[in-house]
Amino acid sequence: MRRQYDADDIRQVIESLADKVAAAFPQDQPLGIIGIRTRGEVLAERFAKMLAGRGMSQLERGVLDITLYRDDLSEVGPKPLVRPTDIHFDLGGMPVLLIDDVLFTGRSVRAALSALGDFGRPGVIRLLVLVDRGGRELPIQADYVGFTVNDVPHDSRVNVKLSETDGADEVTVEPAPSPVLGRGRG
Amino acid sequence: MFHVQLCPMTAPSETNPPAPPPPAASKLRWTRKHLLGLEALSVDELRLVLDQADGFKEVSTRSVKKVPALRGRVVVNAFWEPSTRTRTSFELAAQRLSADVIDFSEKGSSVSKGETLIDTARNIEAMGIDAIVVRHPAAGAAELLSRTVKCSVINAGDGAHEHPTQGLLDAYTMRERFGRIAGLKVAIVGDIANSRVARSNLWILTKLGAEVILVGPPTLCSKTFEKLAPGVTVTHDFDSVIGQCDVINMLRVQFERIKTSQFPSVREFTRLYGLTWDRFQRCKKDVFIMHPGPMNRGIEIQSEIADGPQSGILTQVTNGLAVRMAVLYLVTSVG
Repeated sequence: MRRQYDADDIRQVIESLADKVAAAFPQDQPLGIIGIRTRGEVLAERFAKMLAGRGMSQLERGVLDITLYRDDLSEVGPKPLVRPTDIHFDLGGMPVLLIDDVLFTGRSVRAALSALGDFGRPGVIRLLVLVDRGGRELPIQADYVGFTVNDVPHDSRVNVKLSETDGADEVTVEPAPSPVLGRGRG
Repeated sequence: MFHVQLCPMTAPSETNPPAPPPPAASKLRWTRKHLLGLEALSVDELRLVLDQADGFKEVSTRSVKKVPALRGRVVVNAFWEPSTRTRTSFELAAQRLSADVIDFSEKGSSVSKGETLIDTARNIEAMGIDAIVVRHPAAGAAELLSRTVKCSVINAGDGAHEHPTQGLLDAYTMRERFGRIAGLKVAIVGDIANSRVARSNLWILTKLGAEVILVGPPTLCSKTFEKLAPGVTVTHDFDSVIGQCDVINMLRVQFERIKTSQFPSVREFTRLYGLTWDRFQRCKKDVFIMHPGPMNRGIEIQSEIADGPQSGILTQVTNGLAVRMAVLYLVTSVG
């Protein structure tokens, strides 16, 4: 396992992403910030605080569990734990900032877009990811990218660790993942 | 006419290979293709289903109450006994997971022409289905099916043996109300001998650390039930325990199963074991009243209590849907 980025790198890149987002959306208009479980949820919390600090006054927060929308669910095999989605505001017409930790195949984002569609019809959806590691299998790209990691083999794992869930902030690259954990990521 | 081999009431052997020793509960993977009863499930497996139900309860609060998890799968409801709640609940649960549902009930089917349970099930299976939800008057019917068909089998009640999804939804509802199950004192009251609900409740509640008090007349609530699991006591005197219970689960008086003089007169039953207003006054202040339905109002439970603020009866129905979605999701994932 090799460390790619440390806590300082992550803090800087998040600050810079927050600046970009704050510049792109009007301060006095509603914005929905929705994180994809689990690390996306933590990142969304951080961004919500930072955007509020940058004068955005009408933020709504939500958490999306995409398990039931995954395209590999019909394959026989142990199923991941389904947890509740928490979106308690009306998405209709609203701009939404969708947040995940790692963008890989694009399948998680595809699932998240399907799930969001069952809650309403947002005005626009923008995608923010902390790490884009390449390897897309679907035509999906992020609007805001923290780090771009290009040289990672397809079967390696890019782990984002965050202090809230893992004790410290770091991005690591881990070779040869277990087959179960590696499936459906991205 | 049912050609069903009777299994022992309390010790059916699961057809699944035994689950590997569970690691940390969060890492536990579901390995059972069938849900036949709660007796065979480990504490971690029971917790997994309850935790999973949390995730599914949220789906029913959305504007679009449907997720694509079981798209393209087929679930068959095969009920050889009348049912409204359980059948509808399984049907809606399957539909909310985007599965196709076929309803198959005894009336109007070939069962009335003398076809055996297994032949009927094999024929249904030959149509390419993924799960059979089965209710049958004979104990062990679901297990028998699980040995002969390739798809998943979910027991929706087999004789007086088990009704696992009812036990799960009752435990889920208690956990939701109290935040825990361990340490709760739960009375199950009525015709214990004929009740599969009582058995499934007993297994899950004792495994999760509750105390279970079985209450009923000696003919319908034998002392031998105390030997089934640690934490089970039997009493024939409802009034002696009523003030200690956190939960009182009133069973339905099953008139259709009562054919002998084991059962006292209805009036005597109500006087000794009915949840009357007078008894309710002597309960704990925050007592939680449950009933698996359908209720005989005025017999085992007084209407004002069933419809009152301490009744969880309709919550049980709501939670039943989430629990059954979780069960369908889990069993169909195992090949």
